[in-house]
Amino acid sequence: MSAKKARPAKGLPNDDIGLEVRLDLYRTQVKIRDAEKRANDLFFQNLIKGTSHLSLGQEAIAAGVALAMEPNDKSFCTYRGHAHTLARGVSVEKMLGELMLRDNGLMRGKGGSMHLTSAEHGVMGSYAIIGAHLPIACGSAWRAQYLGEKDVSVCFFGDGTTNIGAFHEALNFAVIWKLPVVFICENNLYMEYTPIADVTAVEHPAADRASAYGLERILIDGNDADVVYRTAKAALEKARNGDGPSLIECLTYRHSGHSRADPAKYRPAGELEKWLEKDPIKIYRKRLLEFGVKEDEIAAIEAESKRVVDEATEACKASPSAPLELLTTDVYADGGWAWRN
Amino acid sequence: MAELTYRDAVARAIAQEMRRDERVVFLGEDVAKAGGVFKATVGLYEEFGEKRVRDTPISEQAILGAAMGAAMTGLRPIAEIMFADFAAVCFDFIANEFPKLRYMTNGQLGCPLVVRTGNGGGARFGAQHSQSIENWTMMIPGLKVVAPSSPVDVIGLMAAAIRDDDPVIFHEHKSLYAIKGEVPDGEIVDKLGTAKILRPGKDATIVALALMVPRALQAAEILAAEHGIDCEVIDVRSLVPLDTNTILNSVAKTGRLFTVEENPRLCGWGAEIASIVADEAFWDLDGPIVRITTPHIPLPAADHLEDLALPNAARIVERVSRVMNGSRS
Repeated sequence: MSAKKARPAKGLPNDDIGLEVRLDLYRTQVKIRDAEKRANDLFFQNLIKGTSHLSLGQEAIAAGVALAMEPNDKSFCTYRGHAHTLARGVSVEKMLGELMLRDNGLMRGKGGSMHLTSAEHGVMGSYAIIGAHLPIACGSAWRAQYLGEKDVSVCFFGDGTTNIGAFHEALNFAVIWKLPVVFICENNLYMEYTPIADVTAVEHPAADRASAYGLERILIDGNDADVVYRTAKAALEKARNGDGPSLIECLTYRHSGHSRADPAKYRPAGELEKWLEKDPIKIYRKRLLEFGVKEDEIAAIEAESKRVVDEATEACKASPSAPLELLTTDVYADGGWAWRN
Repeated sequence: MAELTYRDAVARAIAQEMRRDERVVFLGEDVAKAGGVFKATVGLYEEFGEKRVRDTPISEQAILGAAMGAAMTGLRPIAEIMFADFAAVCFDFIANEFPKLRYMTNGQLGCPLVVRTGNGGGARFGAQHSQSIENWTMMIPGLKVVAPSSPVDVIGLMAAAIRDDDPVIFHEHKSLYAIKGEVPDGEIVDKLGTAKILRPGKDATIVALALMVPRALQAAEILAAEHGIDCEVIDVRSLVPLDTNTILNSVAKTGRLFTVEENPRLCGWGAEIASIVADEAFWDLDGPIVRITTPHIPLPAADHLEDLALPNAARIVERVSRVMNGSRS
């Protein structure tokens, strides 16, 4: 992805990112937004069962980091992982198909919304037990270090994760072994329903703890995809050069509740409105116009995204459920579930 | 052929596999430079170096998580959980992460790793360093669970576990580390999911695991000599996969089944075997299935109390002889 040649925008100096990547950043954010809004609609039509945790409002982080990554880099996501999965290039159909628990889904319905995985895209799983995937990302990074492979493991998690033990174990571990891993904390201000500030000893749950592990304090605007992209690039390069892990806290805001069951009534009046002004997609659309991208080029990206999501939706609706045999496949490596002879 | 301790067999097994496969790496607390608190991994650090044999902080979640991340991306890690009891502080990985990965991802990812634990009682360590947790691990779909009773089985089953493509929990018994056994020279590789008949017999089947195996064998000799009861003793060795054929065939021959379990009674592994035999071999049985277990209590530290709690040869002899002579269990 980084190999793409930058198309310089005329008259705008210091464009280290380049227009091609900028268009990709916008395209990715719009794709995530449209796909997740569709997921929300499908819930209300009872076509998605179980649960779902949306990243509406947080798209700049998934997009900015993913576009800074190399194809071989590995992503480790949480149950709020639709955005990060799509950002690595997974198709909307495969993602929505999994949410709808259909045979065309990423895991043919066996994992569901909280466990999106696409190993071929480097999406090494979405983990629904808070904190677990930080040590797991360390292990992937250890493998790269041990084998001399050049990929970096990137681990996304929320602010709430900073209060569980695995977060602290993983950070210490990553630093002492100098592992090529990048930890991305998405601070959307709420652990689930409770404000993170009410339950955390420091103001910035990740950044303010970095010093405890000898790490640089990195606190950025998570709603500006350019800022995220630049910060992630630097951290990935540091990791790839053998200079160890980074911990990046991205400030952002969840436009919707924790999960589909949560109308987010605990938010103070006016808070959502204030953050909607800082909507990452709104910010980035304006940025593209500033960089001279024509309105119709932007509109074409948006129309294409809607078309893709519409087509994916229809394909998912048309897809059957997985065959019943799938119930007992892949419990063990022989493909089956036999625990006795 | 050489005589080797169970503890030295652990190091030999790991070394055998590390020499064979560069992907095999080993991590845990005090396992490298110190050679392990039970001295079961002495010499590995010296032979394979700090890149492959790594000391970790006291961070069981990081240890198992790192092992998993490495396993799912191409290595064959062995992780040590020093005392099996500590599995409780990283149980997320044992219960939720390793065993679900392959299923949830529809086979996209696997988790070929081995977790070694120092399992079991008898060392006067008290309630939090003495438990037999094989039943905690047996109940989780997606895991394999092994508990060897002899040095040769340590090597063969460890090699099989390391080569296996699934996560294997390998329960070493702390009170067996010092025992010695004959071990052939050269590479030893066994097969998971195979029980072993260690003493053939015609009157009753006794199935046992780990430390209970030598005690069951000792009891069988006494039962033969003093009670005229000829017991077949089966070392289960592998709880998952479980070799039910060997057990069912034995019960078909003897008509009687006793289990000897170190885990506390409720939901012990023997309950599953009793259930299988009751379901599938009921008409072969000539009497009740009897489970001889540790009572449903935490383990005490005091030696005389711990000895009272864990099944031993005398208790096995007493129970088997009474039941075989027609008493209700």
